[in-house]
Amino acid sequence: MHIPDGVINATTSAGFGAVAAGGFGLAVRRTRDTLNDRQVPMAALTAAFVFAAQMVNFPVIAGMSGHLLGGVLAAVLVGPAAGMLVITVVLVVQALVFADGGLTALGLNIVNMGVVGAIGGYVVYRVLRRVLPDRPGTVATAAGIAAFVSVPLAAMGFVIQFAIGGTADVSLGAVLTAMLGTHVLIGIGEGVITGLVVGAVMTSRPDVVPGVRPRAAVEV
Amino acid sequence: MTVDRSFRRFLVVGFLAAMLVAVVVSQFASSDPDGLEYVVEDEGFIDQAREHDLADTALADYGDGFTGNSALDTTVAGLVGVTVTAVVGWGLFRLVRHRHLDRAT
Repeated sequence: MHIPDGVINATTSAGFGAVAAGGFGLAVRRTRDTLNDRQVPMAALTAAFVFAAQMVNFPVIAGMSGHLLGGVLAAVLVGPAAGMLVITVVLVVQALVFADGGLTALGLNIVNMGVVGAIGGYVVYRVLRRVLPDRPGTVATAAGIAAFVSVPLAAMGFVIQFAIGGTADVSLGAVLTAMLGTHVLIGIGEGVITGLVVGAVMTSRPDVVPGVRPRAAVEV
Repeated sequence: MTVDRSFRRFLVVGFLAAMLVAVVVSQFASSDPDGLEYVVEDEGFIDQAREHDLADTALADYGDGFTGNSALDTTVAGLVGVTVTAVVGWGLFRLVRHRHLDRAT
């Protein structure tokens, strides 16, 4: 899901760089007001885990793999604003240390995975939490479904960026269809991994998950 | 700090789990292109992509070619990546949190 340099033109990349920087600033301000002592190491651990999981590409169809984006996982575990920062840390380390994701494309990637994936996916998670019955397994189920949805959402981010500043003379419809079709399938893996990890955390330490009522916390 | 012992244990187990995923599970990762790269190739505009500006650095492409042994390359990339991400993340969130404390006093 990491866009390399050159696929989206420089002007558009710079514009999304500015959007990413603005989003980062807003997320810092919001995190400053909401983060508690425990969430500092928790957010660092979440970033490390998302980095690790992104190293594991799983096969999807012949000749194509997918990997966790981790936006919903991070947003559910530490909150949406801190979740956006977690994904940004992962993307910056990947771009600077592992040459994964272009340097000029960093803003594009932060917007797709950090803003659309984490915060957009978190909105879906909140809606599901409200709609689904309040049972012990609901947090993991809602996180899994939201994670599934977040992948085609993030893919749409790329399609919009391509529509604005794509450097190739390829039909937008073809890119849209291909991105959606492949990322719905990758989303299944995202949903399964996110559901399992959130479920494991809910089993061992439900009290660290934001928005989980104390009653649910002592039940397990 | 209100970080109790059992929470510390949770953090240690979580960190070890991340290391296990990055160093061991990652050895079994698919080397096929991911969804976006697949689409860019399939739609015929992979030529638009420029080589990464840091493609010649030691751990570029997750250490590929770093030691000449791909399992070892992945191990080094996993160890370094998880550690660096945890440290950078901890530093950033400590900084953000620290500013909060400054404001509160």
